[in-house]
Amino acid sequence: MDSVAVVAAEAVDSVVDTQPVIEVQHAIKQYGIGEASIFALNDVSLTIAAGEYVAIMGPSGSGKSTLMNILGALDIMTSGKYFLDGIEISSMDENHLSIVRGRKIGFIFQSFNLIPRTSALANVELPMAYQGVKGAERRERAMVALEVVGLGDRVHHEPTELSGGQQQRVAVARALATRPALLLADEPTGALDSKSTNDLLDLFDQINAAGRTVIVITHEHDVAQRAKRIIRMRDGKIVSDELNKERVA
Amino acid sequence: MSILEIVRFAIRGLFINRLRTALTMLGIMIGVASVIILLAVGNGSSKAIQSSLDRLGTNSLQVNSGARGFGGRRGGASATIRKPLTILDATALMDPIQAPDIKQVAPIANVNAACVIGTNTITPSTFVGTWPSYFEASNTQVLKGSYFTNDDVTQGRNVAVIGNTVATTLFGTDNPVGQTIRCGGIPFTIIGTTVVKGSTGFLDGDSLVVIPLTSAENSITGYQPLSSILVEAKSPTATTPAQTEITNILDARHGIKGNASADFSIFNQASLLTTSATSSQTFTTLLGAVAAISLLVGGIGITNIMLVTVVERTREIGIRKAIGAPKGAILSQFLIEATILSLFGGAFGVLLGILGSHFTISGTKPILVPASIFIAFGVSALIGVFFGGYPASRAASLRPIEALRHE
Repeated sequence: MDSVAVVAAEAVDSVVDTQPVIEVQHAIKQYGIGEASIFALNDVSLTIAAGEYVAIMGPSGSGKSTLMNILGALDIMTSGKYFLDGIEISSMDENHLSIVRGRKIGFIFQSFNLIPRTSALANVELPMAYQGVKGAERRERAMVALEVVGLGDRVHHEPTELSGGQQQRVAVARALATRPALLLADEPTGALDSKSTNDLLDLFDQINAAGRTVIVITHEHDVAQRAKRIIRMRDGKIVSDELNKERVA
Repeated sequence: MSILEIVRFAIRGLFINRLRTALTMLGIMIGVASVIILLAVGNGSSKAIQSSLDRLGTNSLQVNSGARGFGGRRGGASATIRKPLTILDATALMDPIQAPDIKQVAPIANVNAACVIGTNTITPSTFVGTWPSYFEASNTQVLKGSYFTNDDVTQGRNVAVIGNTVATTLFGTDNPVGQTIRCGGIPFTIIGTTVVKGSTGFLDGDSLVVIPLTSAENSITGYQPLSSILVEAKSPTATTPAQTEITNILDARHGIKGNASADFSIFNQASLLTTSATSSQTFTTLLGAVAAISLLVGGIGITNIMLVTVVERTREIGIRKAIGAPKGAILSQFLIEATILSLFGGAFGVLLGILGSHFTISGTKPILVPASIFIAFGVSALIGVFFGGYPASRAASLRPIEALRHE
């Protein structure tokens, strides 16, 4: 798939190689106050370089989803600093955050989160529309992204007319089309059968091989094993952070 | 993100639930249409009163024998000795010194008789013997032929001026001028027909025969007291002083002093019609208020539906925000949805209102008030922005993480 390389390479060009894509310093996320308070994140620091393929693992309640939401600029932390692509996100207001979400981050959710009653093409075009990309260019980029995920012949189908695996691939296309610095996937295979899971993970491999940073949150061991670096969390802390020897020779 | 694109999102949003969209529009539509129709009805009825005011002659006063009915001057016990109205009373009112506000006077003897030609018969609702001054004082104009003259009165000639209803009943489409009819058995030569007056609601103003007072007395009624005296004031504003002058002159002539109740009454058409014009205005205001309330209810309907829509689409809003939709884009999308609802509802309402104003509603021909169309439409557009604003800002300020968790 040459087009994968094209899409990904464009993204890589815009990233300064020496800078980490993600740098989190002493992140704390606290719910409630006083004795009843719970630390979803308890002093987490993390650096991820451009082009990495990272899996974040942990049981439910370990804080991995909270971390994911903060990395995706969907949630704010109680204290700490977060730099995305060299820009400090932790002090931004909602208006700037929406720009960051659109331009820097490609999101993939467990439940696909496509806009209902809207064609695959329109779904993929949507983030570009919010960024102000003009019609013709937008359509072309959306078509390319859908080709990349292997849905070139399904562009006018609505989400209900697509299988789970196909819907998730539309979501991947939507995430890729904006040429983000970072692809964030939250339990992307949670709702898929094993065949679709494999197809999707192959796609992630290709995207990463083309140079794009990929972060996958999962509690499935098989999924995590496809990544090059595995971070394990428990009780709001990182308990291990190591390279995956099987993948990194 | 161009505004056109947001409009497209908004329209798509509205098409998702067509029935709900249509029903919400219906609310605004009924509101706008009722404002337009009800104001048109109010306007129509005040125009109708205005035109009957013009038709009756706003300057005229009618003096009736007896103290009953409209314009009864004094309360208390009835007159001990009732003096009838006479020709001398009428001539006494034509006194430029004592009655400077009176222009002219017409004594009236009501005639109760049927008019016949061949097999056609009519009993005119207004059949009077009077002077030529009657025509001007009662705002009756001759269309074909001529008025009768003072000479006709002094000579007691049997001539008649007839209204349109009488003319068509007796002669059909033929020209009645010069023909002779028999009224109360006496032949009268028709010398003129009057301009169509129309109906004043309860009385056909064209069922009319006017003959000289002397010929009525000579041949039909005999010499009886006058039924009434029609008085024309010099101007519409002079009717009130004229009324006072009539009272003073007739009080003196009839020997009414102090608190004794009068044996005559003065019917002031202008003041009666002014009263009904005022009440019609009140009526219009009331109708307008009812209509405005229904427009308001329509507006609240929009708020309600938009709130439901926002809750229903919370997850979608979350997705849009997660993929980079700015707050302004979400706000505009929902605001435009609400505005489209109210604009289209308003436009259909204007159509319905204009259409509905073509029908006669409970005897009143509605007359469109052009301003009401613009006001109703403008208000409905504002309602969209105003009542859609709250749900839209709720949608826009949802936090993406919470919106995404919403099921």
